[in-house]
Amino acid sequence: MQLTNRSKQVSNKQMTFAERIYLPAIATGLGITIKHFFQKKVTLQYPDVKINLGPVFRGRHVLKRDDQGRERCTACGLCAVACPAEAISMVAAERQKGEETLYREEKYAAVYEINMLRCIFCGLCEEACPKQAIYLRHDEFVPVFTERDQVIWGKDLLAENMNNRYLRKAWTKEEAREQDIKGVEAQPRTQL
Amino acid sequence: MTISLDVAFIIKAIIILLIFAITLLIATYSTYAERKVAAFMQDRIGPNRAGPLGLLQPIADAVKMFFKEDFIPAQSSKWLFILGPCLSMLTALMTSAVIPFGDSIQYSSAPGKVWDVAVQAIDVNIGVLYVFGLVSLGVYGVMVGGWASNNKFSLLGAIRAASQNISYEISMGLAIIAILMMTGSLSIRHIVEQQHGGNWNIFYQPIGFIIFITCAFAECNRTPFDLPECETELIGGYHTEYSSMKLGFYLFAEYINMFVSSAMISSLYFGGYNYPGMDWVQAQLTGAMGEIAGHNVATLIGTIVFFGKSLFFVFFYMWVRWTLPRFRYDQLMNLGWKGLIPLAMINIILTGGAILFLKPLVMSFLK
Repeated sequence: MQLTNRSKQVSNKQMTFAERIYLPAIATGLGITIKHFFQKKVTLQYPDVKINLGPVFRGRHVLKRDDQGRERCTACGLCAVACPAEAISMVAAERQKGEETLYREEKYAAVYEINMLRCIFCGLCEEACPKQAIYLRHDEFVPVFTERDQVIWGKDLLAENMNNRYLRKAWTKEEAREQDIKGVEAQPRTQL
Repeated sequence: MTISLDVAFIIKAIIILLIFAITLLIATYSTYAERKVAAFMQDRIGPNRAGPLGLLQPIADAVKMFFKEDFIPAQSSKWLFILGPCLSMLTALMTSAVIPFGDSIQYSSAPGKVWDVAVQAIDVNIGVLYVFGLVSLGVYGVMVGGWASNNKFSLLGAIRAASQNISYEISMGLAIIAILMMTGSLSIRHIVEQQHGGNWNIFYQPIGFIIFITCAFAECNRTPFDLPECETELIGGYHTEYSSMKLGFYLFAEYINMFVSSAMISSLYFGGYNYPGMDWVQAQLTGAMGEIAGHNVATLIGTIVFFGKSLFFVFFYMWVRWTLPRFRYDQLMNLGWKGLIPLAMINIILTGGAILFLKPLVMSFLK
């Protein structure tokens, strides 16, 4: 069985004079390295330059609101059940009179918490949600945290900001290709 | 008379200080260049965080080196442990004294009196021997440091360094002998002066040049001959136990050696401060600026040319380092004893034959 076509037959033949004095081989090698010296560098300087990781990347979570700014989540707990890392917990509450502008359904999550150390960003919560309330953003990471009280994200961090809504234009690589959204595009970072 | 002597003294002192400072500066920035060249050859960017283009990186490195803990192993012989890097640094720095960095600086104290100060620390008539003596002393720094560390890896590295240097010094000396036969002088300045214009030794001694540069790589413990400090086998080789600025001294000495040997290569084989068309340049300059000023500017241009050549060879050192893998130890010894020494001897015989038979023939044709 052959895995690749790159295998070479080993031979014990005598080296030629040119091979023995080694200088032609050195010259060839020097030519290769100097060619790379002038080549374009492949490094992306990460914190300064960020790339779009594609429409199916699973980054930080967002609790979506509907068009009128009402929270979509109805605290059914399916995401918490689906979560293999048991990172999601919530406390459900009943919508009171006058809160119709805040919550879309009659039951809502008074507390919705995700433990960011537990979360494995598998996206199963997104798939489980019947109300299309939770998504993993394709464009933002969970920022680096160093303190214990930053580990558990509540609704203040998760709920969508209506002034800066999260919209995903493409849901698959194929869609992205059709809409000509580039998979890798370098964006200079605005602030250091 | 005393005044002019003082001026000569001051000019000489400035030249010596400049040589010292420039050698250190080039060694400092060689570390930066090494990392940049390595990165570029591996399609990376290299250090670019400290200052614009990472130009302050060597300073940051030096500061780091100074603030690291200076550790001396308990079982080492303390004074020899300290002496090792000092010796390495000392011999590395002393070598640059006899290298002619340029022609000469002229000044006149009184009308009609013109003084000539060579752009060189000392013009000894045994310059080549001086360099060889110091280079062979340089291995003592490695030996003493490696032995005093009381560490088997250090000792192995030191032994390797010693045997390697001894082996390659022979063929290096034999390669030089061919040059000495051609020039008839041990003074490096004489050797450089005889390569006036484009009449460089490389055209007469291509084999000698290859032997010399190979041996220079081995003497500087650079890849592909960096067996004394090969990380994969000996951790750090002779400087395994060293830390802080003592380690810095060892590494720094290596870069100074690299620069000095590049300067030696360019003055022995590539005409030193000579370049094609230098007579024309000097004539133009003296015509435009007067005898003395023109000569001094021409000297300056020659010096820049010399540094250009030397720095190219420093780059060549790095270029080779990031191209060739390390030799195996038996390959190293085979190349040294069975390859380069016989080749150097054949080169001497060929050179002698050419001087005896070919030169009179060519001369008679020219007449």
